[in-house]
Amino acid sequence: MSDTTAVPEIRAREAADKMPRERGLADHALVQLTLTRFREFLREPEALFWVFIFPVLLAGGLGLAFRNKPADVLKIATVTPELAQSLRQDKLLDVQQLSAPAAEEALRTGKVALLVEPGALTGTVVYRYDDTNPEGRTARMLADRAVERGAGRVDPVAARDRLMREPGSRYIDFLIPGLLGMNLMGSAIWGMGFAIVDARRRKLMKRLIATPMPRHYYLLSFLLSRLVMLVIEVGFLLSFGIFVFKVPTRGSLADLAVLCVVTSLSFGALGLLIASRARTIEAASGLMNLVMMPMWIVSGVFFSAQRFPDMLQPVIKALPLTAAIDALRANMLQGAGLAHVSSELMVLAAWLVVCFPVALKLFRWR
Amino acid sequence: MESAHYRRMAPPHRCDTRKMLAPTPTAALRVRNLRKTFKDVVAVDGLELEVRAGECFGLLGPNGAGKTTTIEICEGLTEADSGDVELLGMRWSTDAAELRQRLGIQLQETQLADKVTVMETIRLFRSFFRHGPAAAEVIALVQLEEKANARVGGLSGGQKQRLALACALVGDPDFLFLDEPTTGLDPQARRQLWELIERFKLQGRTILLTTHYMDEAEQLCERVAIMDHGKVIAQGTPRELIVSIGVEHMVEFSAGGAAKALEMQALRRMEGVRDVRAENGTVQMQVTELHRAVPALLEELERQGVPLTELRTHSATLEDVFVTLTGRHLRDE
Repeated sequence: MSDTTAVPEIRAREAADKMPRERGLADHALVQLTLTRFREFLREPEALFWVFIFPVLLAGGLGLAFRNKPADVLKIATVTPELAQSLRQDKLLDVQQLSAPAAEEALRTGKVALLVEPGALTGTVVYRYDDTNPEGRTARMLADRAVERGAGRVDPVAARDRLMREPGSRYIDFLIPGLLGMNLMGSAIWGMGFAIVDARRRKLMKRLIATPMPRHYYLLSFLLSRLVMLVIEVGFLLSFGIFVFKVPTRGSLADLAVLCVVTSLSFGALGLLIASRARTIEAASGLMNLVMMPMWIVSGVFFSAQRFPDMLQPVIKALPLTAAIDALRANMLQGAGLAHVSSELMVLAAWLVVCFPVALKLFRWR
Repeated sequence: MESAHYRRMAPPHRCDTRKMLAPTPTAALRVRNLRKTFKDVVAVDGLELEVRAGECFGLLGPNGAGKTTTIEICEGLTEADSGDVELLGMRWSTDAAELRQRLGIQLQETQLADKVTVMETIRLFRSFFRHGPAAAEVIALVQLEEKANARVGGLSGGQKQRLALACALVGDPDFLFLDEPTTGLDPQARRQLWELIERFKLQGRTILLTTHYMDEAEQLCERVAIMDHGKVIAQGTPRELIVSIGVEHMVEFSAGGAAKALEMQALRRMEGVRDVRAENGTVQMQVTELHRAVPALLEELERQGVPLTELRTHSATLEDVFVTLTGRHLRDE
């Protein structure tokens, strides 16, 4: 036994040389690190919920709440069958013929918006309604038109309606690119921030730098996994918007992909910066909210950023989320090419170019 | 005493064999005049160390003695304020990449990712090294085959520690650093880990381990250095150190409530007794000749009319060396 243990190091090296192991791409450090990122993410049910399910629920809920409904039918009351007959000519009026006291009661309690009565003289009519109520005013106009036409009025100008309800101008169309931008920001910042701070807290990062692992591989693995996740994430929300709400994608999908990648890289750099020094999840979490909260509000996710005072507009425009959402909306809703959103792309690139080197400089590896 | 359970002297031939095979022991690690200060705490204070190729060397000391700082400087994770570290004939300043390939490192308190399986963890660590056994081989080595597809989060403390050891072994290292490998483990898990470490020693790897368990150092290490306040206060084989304090046996007894009434001076005057200390109603005597001291002690207690409630003897240990050198116990916080 003693001679086999005599030169064990040499023996081990020889063995390694004799049988060079099959080390495919799957055993490349960068691939393994990226795979680990995926595994950690995919095995975290909460993360899956926030990244995939939550934005869809949000889009679904808001899309439902703010859907564009056809004009409501207005309820009105009248007391004579003749009036009722002329009024029923208008499809937008729901006419009830009631006895005088019942009609009065219905008007007073708001069950009907308008009460149409014959006037004291023949050939006159009285409209009773609350003129501070828009429904009442609309009902009066519709009822008057029906009564006059019923009595034989001929309009001098022939008019025809063409209704505009096509996709592209609805709230959901405005919302989906906003949510897309918000999601890209959230998953990049949360995804990188929590994973990095957690690895630092567990001293896993210190353990990794005690191996020959090239440090830039570690950071690259976050980037790579982010880019792959991006496809799934964006695809999920976008197909929900397209198939459920028929949200238009008028711009080229390749341009949209470029926008998503640039946005994600830019927020990834911001996330890296936020996570570069924090040692606890609490500290990182506070920082992330501090950075993201103002952008959720001012960057035009749920309502146009134009609503804020002009004085603030330059600041708002310089925020990465504003740039991202403006560019996404321009692409999806107006079919704008990359050249049209070059200023937004510049803003995003500027954030990337500033945050990334600073983050690397500040990064705490242990 | 818990430690008595473990005391199993290393087969005496082991050190001798190594010396025979390596007539001119070369230093795998040489540390000279190492200093490191954190703010105003001096963690390492002019430390000197030499670890020979192929030996298992123990850095023994209480918590806060500077063991972890020392080992992390040697591992290239912490920068020293001054001093020199030569590892496998190389230095961190010039050969960091090569050194990283040839070291196996286990850190104190690393929590590997919970959601990843044992096999996935090993494959990840394996991917960083040029040479080394396949992931499955390493898993078999640390006896985690049954847990290969289990997630790290579900492992017991001992299994996690074995996985950490496996992560240190994936690169087929020439030099293995183990920082408190068994701290916090139950006796059975400690024993299992010891057996694994013993096996790696047989493969001729050089090991530097830190511990505050003296039985661990006695069990695993050919040589040890005892550290206190950032300095090495004694260095040698466990046997040499124990012999150096000039006592071979320890006698401990309790006399129940009557302990206070003891005439300590009479005990000190007894033949073959080096030192006597009383602590929490237990009296501890350092003794050179057990066969003379025990009868004499019984006689003396009878003369003083003190009833004996407990009597124990054990061979002197590294713990006793530490107590003799510093007046404190290793596990005193």
